[in-house]
Amino acid sequence: MPTLDIRDLTVNYAVKGGMLQALAPVNLKMQGGDFVVALGASGCGKTTLLNCIAGFLPPSSGQILLDGLPVAGPGADRGVVFQKHALMPWLSVRDNVALGQRMRGVDRVTRNRNADEKLALVGIEKYAERAVYELSGGMQQRVGIARALANDPAVLLMDEPMGALDAFTRETVQEILLRAWAATHKMVFFITHSVEEALFLATRLIVMSPSPGRISHVYDDMPFSRQFLEHGDARKVKSEPEFIRLREEVLAIVHHREPARDGAAAEAVHA
Amino acid sequence: MPDIDGRAATVVPIPSPVAIPPATDRHPLKTSRFKVPGEGSSVVISVVTVLALIAVWFLVTNMGWVKPLFLPSPQAVADQFYEYLTGRANDKPLWQHFAASMFRVFSAFFLACLTAIPVGIAMGMSRVARGIFDPPLEFYRPLPPLAYLPLIIIWFGIDELPKVLLIFLSCFAPLALAARAGMRSASQEQINAVYSMGASYAQVIRHVILPAALPDILIGMRIAIGFGWTTLVAAEMVAASVGLGQMVLNASNFLRTDIVVMGIIVIGVVAYLFDLLMRWIELKLVPWKGRM
Repeated sequence: MPTLDIRDLTVNYAVKGGMLQALAPVNLKMQGGDFVVALGASGCGKTTLLNCIAGFLPPSSGQILLDGLPVAGPGADRGVVFQKHALMPWLSVRDNVALGQRMRGVDRVTRNRNADEKLALVGIEKYAERAVYELSGGMQQRVGIARALANDPAVLLMDEPMGALDAFTRETVQEILLRAWAATHKMVFFITHSVEEALFLATRLIVMSPSPGRISHVYDDMPFSRQFLEHGDARKVKSEPEFIRLREEVLAIVHHREPARDGAAAEAVHA
Repeated sequence: MPDIDGRAATVVPIPSPVAIPPATDRHPLKTSRFKVPGEGSSVVISVVTVLALIAVWFLVTNMGWVKPLFLPSPQAVADQFYEYLTGRANDKPLWQHFAASMFRVFSAFFLACLTAIPVGIAMGMSRVARGIFDPPLEFYRPLPPLAYLPLIIIWFGIDELPKVLLIFLSCFAPLALAARAGMRSASQEQINAVYSMGASYAQVIRHVILPAALPDILIGMRIAIGFGWTTLVAAEMVAASVGLGQMVLNASNFLRTDIVVMGIIVIGVVAYLFDLLMRWIELKLVPWKGRM
């Protein structure tokens, strides 16, 4: 089972007149099938954390171990989905999804079959021949997810992938993502600033706080994505009393209004 | 009321269609207040403008308000065009001039594409290449070709080579600068996405940077071919015996303004047609331009 182990990770940025600590020591362990959602306001270091895992940003100290091996630079074992889809408009939908395998020398027939499989996983196999700029924002983001899955990465890193979508499309893509995740059983590290989205998707929810960026609260064993996958009714999940209670609780944390906690669901890592 | 809160939405019935009032009504469908600057097609206006200019030209020449030496009549220009076209003029036929000029402009443009695009790409990719090529390029780029024409004649004589070289130089700078600028067109996300698919640096260049640079390179080619035509007459001042520019220069020595005007129109129309061709190529090669 693949594992991702983040140990005492810190990132400092050089700014005018000194150093800015973007990430205070962060520790996080993930394994296959974990859907970890990082939630927080702007500036809490969640994108910095993702960029470190992806290998786009070298950490100032600490280590990221993927299956026991330290991460040094980006690689095909970590698929990334961006807020701006970052597709190649000169390639068709299928060629975008197959691009990773093409660059690794996989023959055309194999890589196209794989691409079509991944497109079917996100429900857009019909559009394989289309130009990406002809698709709607939601469909482009689905191509982005298929593309990241096409390399069969150990972990899927998603940087606010629904951020640019409207509320209705967002719900559809969330459901598609959960089904694709259940089918592939990947580790997912997902960034958002929508509390509802975080609760709905996560098996583990980490709330991050700014200055310095750090994990402030962790919710383990979140049940909602599993519930959705069992009965397929997202509205039912999102209108459950427990979902609504947690939504308000997490919102209060994000807005720095500590609520009177009744359960032991929330566990403060840093005070 | 079925709702548990005792609150229910009022269902708004589908409104029945209302007749749209005719545009002649006091409420026009399109107001002058809400418009986008420069909206609408300009083709008809352009055609009318061109026809009006020709009409004015026709009028002032045929009424004798301007002497033919200063401005020949459209009929005289058309006559010259016909005579040159059929080879009855006291000169080489038009197609020979045309072919010679086309050869010069296009061999120069072709050579510039072969050299300037790689140079521009290198400048975008490497600090060393940028350091080497930036000073000479930026120095000679604003110089008028006529200024360094004498040097080129002294160095390279009066054969085809200096003519092609002069046009080549005028094509080179815009092409190299466009290719260099194009190397910055790929977004950071696109580059990162390909790196996290396991791409090497060379593959990032091949699969992201270069395709993303194509629209800029095509614009550079369009500008370069325009510069090439602009330099044609200057190039053919170098002891040419044939060529559209030479035809004009030669006619001007004999005060044959009808031939001069005819030559100018031919050069202008050919350049315009090539611009249209380049735009069409752009549409075919980069249909995604500006849409992502």
